[in-house]
Amino acid sequence: MNEDGIWNWDKAWDVLPDLLRGLVITIEATVVGMVIASILGLVIALAMRAPTRWVRAPLRLVVDFIRMTPLLVQLVFVYLLLVDVPPLVIGFAVLGVHYATYMSEVYRAGIEAVPPGQWEAATALNLPKGRTWFAIILPQAIRKTLPGLGNYAVSMFKETPFLFAITVVEMYQAAQNYGANTFSYIEPLTIVGLLFLLVSYPTSLLVRRMEIRLA
Amino acid sequence: MSDDLQALVDRLPSLGDAVLVTLEMTLGGAVLAMVVALVLGFGARTRTLWVRGPSRVVIEFFRGTSLVVQIFWIFYVLPTFGFKMEALAVAIVALGLNYGAYAAEVVRGSIESVPTGQWEAATALNLAWPHKVRRVIFPQAWALMIPQLANLLIQLLKGSALAFYITLHDVYWWIDELQRDTRDTFFSYGIGLVIYFVIAYILTWGMNWLEERAKRRLGRGTRPRLRDVFGLKPGVPTEIARVQGGAA
Repeated sequence: MNEDGIWNWDKAWDVLPDLLRGLVITIEATVVGMVIASILGLVIALAMRAPTRWVRAPLRLVVDFIRMTPLLVQLVFVYLLLVDVPPLVIGFAVLGVHYATYMSEVYRAGIEAVPPGQWEAATALNLPKGRTWFAIILPQAIRKTLPGLGNYAVSMFKETPFLFAITVVEMYQAAQNYGANTFSYIEPLTIVGLLFLLVSYPTSLLVRRMEIRLA
Repeated sequence: MSDDLQALVDRLPSLGDAVLVTLEMTLGGAVLAMVVALVLGFGARTRTLWVRGPSRVVIEFFRGTSLVVQIFWIFYVLPTFGFKMEALAVAIVALGLNYGAYAAEVVRGSIESVPTGQWEAATALNLAWPHKVRRVIFPQAWALMIPQLANLLIQLLKGSALAFYITLHDVYWWIDELQRDTRDTFFSYGIGLVIYFVIAYILTWGMNWLEERAKRRLGRGTRPRLRDVFGLKPGVPTEIARVQGGAA
């Protein structure tokens, strides 16, 4: 199948535009997924602080369930259930919800890391509950969660190829399509791997710098 | 619904084999990952650049490229170079290398968190390096790394669902077959997800038990309440824990 050596540059150039289109979808899914995850994660983290166990225990079960079952199976599950919804939207939503369960733990740690003195000061100033949360606790807590958010963004970026299972043509699926048509998998799959490295490594370096600055 | 149950009962005998394949991948991958993690984790700590450099490159390479790409690369591309492996071996190697690279960071961070006084004391007692590590440093680092390794183990279990796409008959394959039989997505996938959840839960218990044992060996045992043993720890996300472990 590769008469002229193992690596064929013509094929590599041939497939590159498809892969870059896939990369755009991959990044899109990461950004939208991360927006959903960071908002829903905060909501979950706040709901977990509800005073009654009747809220906390069921929520804990649901969160653990989503966290401990494979993203791949969840994606296909929702894809098969909701036939009318476009696959890309399902991809965004499932990625977002799956990572929201991770993010809720990050927020929880961030909220718990706010010194108790801050709560006491807010009480002493007779601030209403809403203002205590939005003006005092959350700004400090969220600052601490930013590195976690960055880490999960990188990790979600690397999990977007799972979307191939629900027919979204992201980077991996684009490579797979090319391979299926031409019987050469070496070039597309290798380039996809390198593209992942090319985006995720600098981003994770950036996140590490952020960790040091915000720590 | 009764048709669904009938189909489920008919399918039950093959569930054992499916769970076995998933467990083989998970545990095989975990063992390989641990070996990789120890080699790379210690390698990334050495002073000589000739060892540290390659270790770092390998870690960043496997952490930076996606698991999906790695597993399919090994399955489709590696055979053209003459390395043909069975699908199960492909899955174990891919999972082991990918999560091994993540675990290497955990190992490195935990070993760095052991107070330097421990190294100095071991040196003062004139222990040789292997002895020092095996008897003094590693037991302490081990207790620190288990919670993070537990998270990675669950991630590995979840990643193993990919093996369905390289022709393995694992739990996901079983779910898919059940869905074909019943045509009831909610029922079949619901059952399937619960199976994954139960496996993950049992693995988490196992890791909690290992952690308790490791702490007890250090004289820090807590004699946990039943609720701690059977409950899931509010897991510290792996990536965050890694950083805290590294910084501490």
